[in-house]
Amino acid sequence: MGHPVVILVAQRIALGLLLLLAVSVLIFVGTQLLPGDVAQAILGQSATPESLANLREQLGLNEPALTRYFSWLGGILQGDLGVALTNGQDIATAMGQRLGNTMFLAFWAAIISVPLAILLGLIAARYAGRWPDKVISGVTLTTISLPEFVVGYIVLYFIAVRWQLLPSMSMVFPGMGVFERLHAVLLPVIVLVMVVLAHMMRMTRAAILNVMQSAYIETAELKGLTPFNVIWKHAFPNAIAPVVNVVMLNLAYLVVGVVVVEVVFVYPGMGQYLVDHVAKRDVPVVQACGLVFAAVYIGLNILADVISILANPRLRHPK
Amino acid sequence: MRRIPISALIGMVLTGAFFACAIFADLIAPYNMAEIVGGVWDPMSDKHWLGTDAIGRDLLSRMIYGAQTTIWVATMATILSFSLGSVLGFLAATVGGWVDQALSRFVDLIMAIPSLILALVILSVMPVTLTVLIMVMGLLDATRVYRLSRAVAVDITVMDYVEAARLRGEGQSWIIFHEILPNALSPLVAELGLRFIFAVLFISTLSFLGLGVQPPLADWGGLVKENSAGLVYGIPAALIPAMAIALLAISVNLVADWILGRTTSLKGGRGA
Repeated sequence: MGHPVVILVAQRIALGLLLLLAVSVLIFVGTQLLPGDVAQAILGQSATPESLANLREQLGLNEPALTRYFSWLGGILQGDLGVALTNGQDIATAMGQRLGNTMFLAFWAAIISVPLAILLGLIAARYAGRWPDKVISGVTLTTISLPEFVVGYIVLYFIAVRWQLLPSMSMVFPGMGVFERLHAVLLPVIVLVMVVLAHMMRMTRAAILNVMQSAYIETAELKGLTPFNVIWKHAFPNAIAPVVNVVMLNLAYLVVGVVVVEVVFVYPGMGQYLVDHVAKRDVPVVQACGLVFAAVYIGLNILADVISILANPRLRHPK
Repeated sequence: MRRIPISALIGMVLTGAFFACAIFADLIAPYNMAEIVGGVWDPMSDKHWLGTDAIGRDLLSRMIYGAQTTIWVATMATILSFSLGSVLGFLAATVGGWVDQALSRFVDLIMAIPSLILALVILSVMPVTLTVLIMVMGLLDATRVYRLSRAVAVDITVMDYVEAARLRGEGQSWIIFHEILPNALSPLVAELGLRFIFAVLFISTLSFLGLGVQPPLADWGGLVKENSAGLVYGIPAALIPAMAIALLAISVNLVADWILGRTTSLKGGRGA
C-alpha cells in the first residue's frame, strides 16, 4: 500500500474533501451576510412581525449561526438536505430526478465534445498557420465570445423554429425510452458542445504545438514520418497530460453552462431548479444546489489532478 | 509608432460606438424606454428601426438604454475588481508571509466554486439592486485580478530597484504605487479588457436568468429574456440584444488581443 502513487492520489482526494468542507462554510456564510436577516430578505419589507417570527422559528434563526451550520452539515452527511421553504418538499427527493436529468445532458455533451475537440485540435495543429487552422480558430474564437444563452437562442431559432428539425423545448419525463429522451435533449446537447468545444479545441491545439517544438519531433520529421504520424505517434502521447487537464476543466465548466442552457430549453434539471429557487429566495434549496454544483466541480478537478499524476511519470515521484 | 492592425481598429471603433450609445443614450434614443408606441413585436420599419418588443415598446430605444445599463454595470464592476484585486495582489506579493498565505488561500477557496453558482447563492438572500450586483460581480472577479497581479508583482519585488527602495526606507504603499504599479501596468491593462468582457457576459447571464437587472430598467440580457418567448413563433426580436452582447464582446476582445500582443513585444517576448 505504501506505493508513492497511492499516497499522492490519497493526498489529492483528502485535500479535495477538505476544500469541499471549506466550500460548505463559504456557501453557508454567503447566505448569512445580510444587513438584516434571511427571514427579512425572504419576506420583504412589508412583512408582519408575526410572519417574520414564524419564519425565523421555521429556519431556526433563533439559534446561533454555528449551531445551525453544524446541524445543516450533519444533515447533509446523512443524506438529508432539508425541506424547501416554498412547498415543504424534501429537497433530496426533488433533486434526485433532476440531478439524473442534468447528468444525462452533461454526459452526452461530454461524449460528443471531447473526441470532436481532440480531433479538431489535431487537425488545427497539423495545418498550423494554414487555412484549416485559420477556419477552425476563427470559428472557435467567435463562439468563445458568445455567452451560453446567446448560442442557445441562435441554435433554437434556426434549428427548431426556422427549419423545424428538432423540438424547441426539451420535455423529458420518467418512463421515456433512451432514444426518445436523446431526441428531446439533442438541441441543448448541441449548444453545450458548442460552448465547451472552442476552449477544449484551442487548448488541445496549443498543447500539441508546444510539444511539436521538442527535439524528438524534429528527429521524427527528419527520419521521414508523415506529418500526421509525427503528431499521432510522437506529439499526441506527450500532450495527453495537458489535454486531459483541459478536458476536465471544460467538463467542470459544463456545470455552469448547464445552468443557463437548461433555462433556455426549459429542461427540468438541476440548473433550472437552482435558478427558480433563487428567484423565490428559497434559501435551503439554494444552499443544497450550490453545494452539489460545487461538489461536482471540485470532484472533476480532483479527477483531472489524479489523471495527470497517473499520466505523467515526473509527477509520480515528487522530490 | 507601429500601424494599428485593421482588426484592432474595427474593435476600437465598435467599442467606441457602443460606449457613445451608452453615454448619450438620452440624446440618441428616438423614444422613451418605457413608452408603449406600437403593437406587439411589430417588424422593423421606418418608424421603429428594430421593430417593437413584447409589449410594444420601441426596441431600438430599449437597446440604447440597455447599452447604458449593461456597460455601466460592467464598467463599475471591472473598476471595483481591478482596484481591489490589484491592490490586494500587490500587497500579498510585497508583504508576503501570513498575509500572502491568508489572502491566497481565501482566493483559492472562492475560485473552487464556479462564480455563477456562488453569485446565485449570494443573490438568493440579497436585495437585487444595481449596487449589489456591481459589488457581487466586482468582488467575485477580484479573485482573478488578484491572482494575476500577485503573479506579476512577485516577479517585480525581487528586482534591485525594489530592494533599493526598501533599503532607503520607503513605506509599503510607496513601494506598491511607485515601484510595482508602473512596471506591472501593461499586463494588467491587457487583462482589463478581458475582465470587462467577462463582466458584460456575467451581468447579461444574470439578467437573462431573471436575477440581474430588474424591470423597469433594461439591460441586454434582460431584453433577451423579455423577448425570448417570441422566438418560438419565429419572431427574432430576442436575437438583436443577443447579437449586441456578442458584438461588444468580440470588439473588446479584438482590442485586448492587440494590446496583449503589444505588451509581449514590449517585454521582448514573441508576438507581433
